[in-house]
Amino acid sequence: MGAGHSAGGISAAYVAGDSPVHRLEPHTKLVAVVAFALVVVTTPVQAASAPVAYAGFLALVLGVAAVAGVRAARLARSLLVELPFVFFALLLPVVSGGPRVQVLGLSLSEHGLWTGGGLLAKATLSVLAATVLAATTEPRALLRGLQRLHLPQVLVQILMFMVRYADVVLGELRRMRVARESRGFRPRHVGALRVLGPAAGSLFIRSYERGERVHLAMLSRGFTGRLPTGPPPVVGARSWATALTLPLAAAVVLGTSSLLL
Amino acid sequence: MTTAAPSLLVDDLAFAYPDGHQALFGVDLRIAPGERVALLGPNGAGKTTLVLHLNGILRGGRGRVAVAGLPVAEANLQEIRRRVGIVFQDPDDQLFMPTVGEDVAFGPRNMGLDEATVTRRVTQALEQVGMADAADRPPHHLSFGQRRRVAVATVLSMQPEILVLDEPSSNLDPAGRRELAEVLQALPVTLLMVTHDLPYALQLCPRSVVLDRGVIVADAPTRELLADADRLAAHRLELPFGFSVR
Repeated sequence: MGAGHSAGGISAAYVAGDSPVHRLEPHTKLVAVVAFALVVVTTPVQAASAPVAYAGFLALVLGVAAVAGVRAARLARSLLVELPFVFFALLLPVVSGGPRVQVLGLSLSEHGLWTGGGLLAKATLSVLAATVLAATTEPRALLRGLQRLHLPQVLVQILMFMVRYADVVLGELRRMRVARESRGFRPRHVGALRVLGPAAGSLFIRSYERGERVHLAMLSRGFTGRLPTGPPPVVGARSWATALTLPLAAAVVLGTSSLLL
Repeated sequence: MTTAAPSLLVDDLAFAYPDGHQALFGVDLRIAPGERVALLGPNGAGKTTLVLHLNGILRGGRGRVAVAGLPVAEANLQEIRRRVGIVFQDPDDQLFMPTVGEDVAFGPRNMGLDEATVTRRVTQALEQVGMADAADRPPHHLSFGQRRRVAVATVLSMQPEILVLDEPSSNLDPAGRRELAEVLQALPVTLLMVTHDLPYALQLCPRSVVLDRGVIVADAPTRELLADADRLAAHRLELPFGFSVR
């Protein structure tokens, strides 16, 4: 019996397209996004110029997203991952010390407002940049990029197998659920954990055994501990220049906003 | 191969797992270049254990294995694994690289071939299994039958002396089963096929050997063997309902 088709899975973040952002070499994009995040993070939180800088950064990211054809809804959805940060950011003005201001009848710490707001802005900007990266780069291209940036082999391999087998493992998980529910199981209360716990255990065992079989198949084709890779693509200075436009522009925004204000 | 050495020579092979379970009790098997042989036998007969000895994954028991004259030994493992192409039963175990092309290139690259040769081998192997246009696709986007054929290509690209298939027809739909048979029939290789699918063995392999309880108990032309219902039954083998071979 087939596993059916999975709509989600690990490649769900990717939005197919052929924009200039899509065409950039993955490792240049990775460097660009990390550099952008660094510029964003170094923005002094308490400076009067900070909000202007944040607005500038936001304009930059949204600009790149527009060029890449990543829709607003997609960006908004990705922000869900920072919900825990939002909670923390909202807490800061309440619990911080220092001079206080009255906002809608609440006594809030001025320092906490700046810090919380800064945290929120920085997290949002970084998540948006990472979302554009994920939406314009296929998972396997990202892996290639990490490899080119000399991330340790072991980490690249772990990520590679995760990308390859996430759908396979999810398929097994789905079949196990179907098998449970076909025999009338409904997870309604805590007692269900007595069924779900062993199910998780058996999924682990199955995945472990699959790992062994995959290793066997690799050995059988002459695997010696190093994943062989093809020739690296030639990346011109122009690709780097295009990719690094984003962090450079962000640095310019940061510089001018702190000079002007 | 210019030598007269058999593609595969298994001589008095015995093996017990570390837990004491003995799987093979002295197996002898000789396969000449170009032969196509089905390896039949009930579950637990030792078929998989035998297969894993052919490329030296399992070693250390009694007896010896040689591939085109080269003994399976620690010093020769890399060359042995090039010469013996094993296609495992679950294509999801066999296809672990991000794309089909990279997976087919995995073996040749491990052999240290230059990139031009690798590219040529990949194209050729994928053409041989009728999957030439799939090189850039991730394996999980292919149908099961397509994945099985790509799995065959991943070892063809190493240009093996002998192709070993573990249950090649399992889980295939009838059309996928036929398509794979057509691919296998067209391949100019020596073939050892482990299977429970007796009609498939008859279609693809003129010769069959039966392994039961760790020894070879029959070695005969497939048609002759399958016509002998009593002999089959003695080793928990039987043709599917409605089939008979004369």
